[in-house]
Amino acid sequence: MKTINNVVCSFCGCLCDDIEVNIENNKIVNVKNTCSLGLSKFLNYDKHRILKPRIRKSKEFVNVSLEEAIDECVKILSNASYPIIYGWSNTSNEALRIGMEIAELIGGVIDNTTSVCHGPTIIGVQDIGESTSTLGQVKNRADLIIYWGSNPLHAHPRHLSRYTALSKGRFVKTRKERKIVVVDVRKTATASIADIFIQIKPNSDYELLSALRYAVNNGEIEQNEVAGVPVEKIEELAEMMISCKFGALMFGLGLTMSPGKHRNIEAAIALVTDLNKYTKFVILPMRGHYNVTGANNVTCWTTGYPFAVDFSKGYPYYNPGETTIADIIARGECDAALIVASDPISHLPIESARKLSKIPIVTIDPHETPTTKISKVVIPSSYVGIEYEGTAYRMDGVPLRLKKIVDPPDGIISDEEILKMILSKLRGD
Amino acid sequence: MIKVILITGRSLDQGTSKSIGKFSKEYMEKLAICELDPEDLKSLGIESGQNVKIKTKYGEVIVKAIESKQAPHKGIAFMPYSMWANLLLGSSTNSSGMPTFKGIEADIEIVKEGKIMDLNELLEEKIGVI
Amino acid sequence: MKILIKNGYVYDPLNKIDGEIMDIAIENGKIVESVSGEVKEIDAKNMIVMPGGVDLHSHIAGSKVNAGRLLRPEDHYKDVEKKTNIKRSGVGYTVPSTFTTGYRYSEMGYTTVMEAATPPLKTRHTHEELNDIPMVDKACLSVLDNNWIVLDYLSKNELEKCAAFIGWILNAIKGYGIKIVNPGGVELWGWGKNVKTIDDQVPPFNITPREIIRGLCKINKMLNLPHTIHLHTNNLGTPGNYRTLIESMKCVSDLSNGSIVLHVTHVQFCGYKGYSWITLSSGASEIAKFVNENKYVTLDLGQIVFGDATTMTADGPFQYILYSLSKNKWINADVEAETSAGIVPYRFKKKNYVNAIQWSIGLELTLLVKDPWRIFLTTDHPNAGLFTSYPKLIAWLMSKKAREKILKKVNKRAKSKMILPTLEREYTFYEIAIITRAGTAKALGLKNKGHLGIGADADVAIYDLNPKEIDPSKDYKKVRRAFRKAAYTIKDGKIVCKNGEVVENISGKTYWVNVDIPKDLLISTISEVKEKFEEYYTVKMENYAIHENELLKSAPLKINSNL
Repeated sequence: MKTINNVVCSFCGCLCDDIEVNIENNKIVNVKNTCSLGLSKFLNYDKHRILKPRIRKSKEFVNVSLEEAIDECVKILSNASYPIIYGWSNTSNEALRIGMEIAELIGGVIDNTTSVCHGPTIIGVQDIGESTSTLGQVKNRADLIIYWGSNPLHAHPRHLSRYTALSKGRFVKTRKERKIVVVDVRKTATASIADIFIQIKPNSDYELLSALRYAVNNGEIEQNEVAGVPVEKIEELAEMMISCKFGALMFGLGLTMSPGKHRNIEAAIALVTDLNKYTKFVILPMRGHYNVTGANNVTCWTTGYPFAVDFSKGYPYYNPGETTIADIIARGECDAALIVASDPISHLPIESARKLSKIPIVTIDPHETPTTKISKVVIPSSYVGIEYEGTAYRMDGVPLRLKKIVDPPDGIISDEEILKMILSKLRGD
Repeated sequence: MIKVILITGRSLDQGTSKSIGKFSKEYMEKLAICELDPEDLKSLGIESGQNVKIKTKYGEVIVKAIESKQAPHKGIAFMPYSMWANLLLGSSTNSSGMPTFKGIEADIEIVKEGKIMDLNELLEEKIGVI
Repeated sequence: MKILIKNGYVYDPLNKIDGEIMDIAIENGKIVESVSGEVKEIDAKNMIVMPGGVDLHSHIAGSKVNAGRLLRPEDHYKDVEKKTNIKRSGVGYTVPSTFTTGYRYSEMGYTTVMEAATPPLKTRHTHEELNDIPMVDKACLSVLDNNWIVLDYLSKNELEKCAAFIGWILNAIKGYGIKIVNPGGVELWGWGKNVKTIDDQVPPFNITPREIIRGLCKINKMLNLPHTIHLHTNNLGTPGNYRTLIESMKCVSDLSNGSIVLHVTHVQFCGYKGYSWITLSSGASEIAKFVNENKYVTLDLGQIVFGDATTMTADGPFQYILYSLSKNKWINADVEAETSAGIVPYRFKKKNYVNAIQWSIGLELTLLVKDPWRIFLTTDHPNAGLFTSYPKLIAWLMSKKAREKILKKVNKRAKSKMILPTLEREYTFYEIAIITRAGTAKALGLKNKGHLGIGADADVAIYDLNPKEIDPSKDYKKVRRAFRKAAYTIKDGKIVCKNGEVVENISGKTYWVNVDIPKDLLISTISEVKEKFEEYYTVKMENYAIHENELLKSAPLKINSNL
């Protein structure tokens, strides 16, 4: 048996890098230090795998050689007039670098899952900036931590122990020295371990954030309650925010996905920015997929924009609401799709999923999903971080190197290698 | 019938079961559900574990009602991200790039007939491909 | 490929060649004595031949730069680059995308660029972007002055261990040198605070900025690094800060032994006299006097160019001040146990009193510092101006007339306070070659760069200017045009640009220092540091290190330390 230490977990945006994995005969037999999400991935990654490339011929799938699948993919992409290339949050930066070049070459739109996740966060930042930090600043300094519209115990289970409430920092060492506040519409698992839980009416985050900002800057609020929260509680929270030494507001999709969207984010950022007049305060989005942050970064350094980039004019063009995947599909404009490491059929609203299913889709994914089932071409890939190495960025932008710890199944290669083959065929190399 | 605000979101079960496989029994068991506040279950006159039909102006779906462990949240129904949940969502983003995945008005009623479809059935019935 | 550049006027200051008509021969990517056989001849008659440009301070890659790109979609819309058969597409304007950055440097005849500040924890990101910047060789300076482990060691005066740790970091993250940014002040910014003088205490480290600068200056020598410490002073961008600058320069005077031991960067931003923004004036005379008398310091300009900029620096507290003044959108990004970063878009306006004074300070300094080997041309891209403005700067330095043209349009009160209108000096091509390539390559310790001697890297720029015919003082527009679009850029012995257009897309190397540290010292230091490291950071020490194969074209410089 072989033990590999300091493995980086490729599940969520926490990118915990202290995982210990035991391997016997190229199989993961035991894993230490993960949460249940990571554990499930490390122990089940070899289930429901797709082991052969396949093409849908009439109604049936037929297994084909990798070369044949690549040829068909290239045919579909070159015949398309407005193809979309989508996914990227569950693969490496190296794979996306090739994806960017493919998108540029075929004049398509490249988007990552940010679009239906923290897209509004990015738009909010583009509008007014943000005061942020890496998670270690929170660990070392924060005496006030607020989770807003985010339930880390379910979505990022080790976030509290590694980076926030339960972590041991240089200046703030224990749970007792930190105040934890949760703002949510439900009393979530995270809320039940908080010092203060503020239950807010659905769809009224903007109001509560604005009221807090008013309380921070101006003092007394006229109303008795805002967003279902008594004003005394709002003023109490505002006072806590002003008087802490280092505050951190961690927000999740509760803000980005509910009405208000990027306006909610702007309100949250503006609140945090204002707090820096009185103390140190940062805001951090809770990013879901393990490399969604990397996907934003690669897209941004290549094109200037972090997602939803349209190459149809020959240069990068970006306009969320127009070049975002959800809108392009809803308008029925795209005529082919290359999906990498993502399952949009499961995760887009039904009408969009239906429209997407009508165009030829090429999917590169290690395992079976609703999207692979309806694809025209499916090319199986290896898991980055388990069967292949690559770079990924933690939710706070800290870049880490994912390791290869076991060999992939016979004949299975990585997204990066598959995409290189596609690019080279498209170029006519 | 009760009126609720529907929130879709991540859950621990969604995360662990998707690694087991999207066509696994576990995935369907953990995801084809709707978490309701105990009082809302009472208003519907059902026990945790019974099937309900959820309707929005975009669509409807039958899933299992589960008593929420993250209550109280009377008037709020929670569904983990999945195809079942997405049958209830609209595709418009109002030019923001982001569809509304949370905070949608929905009706919940007891199901007399009909069963929970598995993913293959959903693909066939609702997408119409397989 | 073999190339013979024939009959050009060669400016090669490191070899004391000042406009002589010479042939330059190239083979296998190097400058050689002569070539024969199948040779590509370039007729450089009536043209200027210089070593490729070497920029020693620019922000082109890494987390802060990318955050600047993300922040400003409005900035990109007006400046797009279409994909061609050779070039990848991209965007400008103030913070260009990676590919575009490489092309635009190359089109001006630049062949080497130093990313001036990168936090070690995020250097893997920097290298990923550097991999995607084509055409030029590059490297990055590591921000180390507010690193907790460094501060812990410095406060205990354990210099040898501190040096070993810094050596380890530079090897581990593939950095090139020690960058200091508002020493002590940035650590305090973790609490929203700052320092005011170089003798302020930085709790809980029980150390002052002076001690940090001195300690790192000594360590730089102990490690025998090719470049000196690279200092962004305390109180940057604050009226009256020229005193802080002079204090900071003075504080290492005893460490020099006649050699250069300190580089102060974007000195324009620390050249402010006066007590408020209203009484702001230029500290150029005082600074120049000090620099002329003290030969152990080099400077680069950080010259203001009127127009749009995106200010970005590891100096978090300074950026907060700029946000408070401008109310423009603001990004702050602190990095645990290391440093910070701030970003604020800014527009420098001719009619603005403060901006006009800022503009004059850079030029006054360049004209008042006598030795061109100790002051270099930069805009601290994209802080004070864009690197694509370098030709404009060259024209201002070579032509009083060019300066006067701007002076006519600047804020009148500012103009009345400037000494710039009285300065007659005009730079020669030889001096321009020093401040843009020879001097910068020398300061960075890149021995094969910045000159055209036998064995040098075949990085050459040819500009379509006849120095015997043109009077740069009058024809400054021609000068500007020529430096904007090099007639030829040759990189590693390949013609990569012609008439200011990229003709071949190549990848440059990434330099880093591979410091040889005595094994025992290294092992004992690392085992001592490991536990602390993992207490301070949120990543494992093993995962902090970057493998050489993560660099597209790794070029380690083997350094024998004095440890």
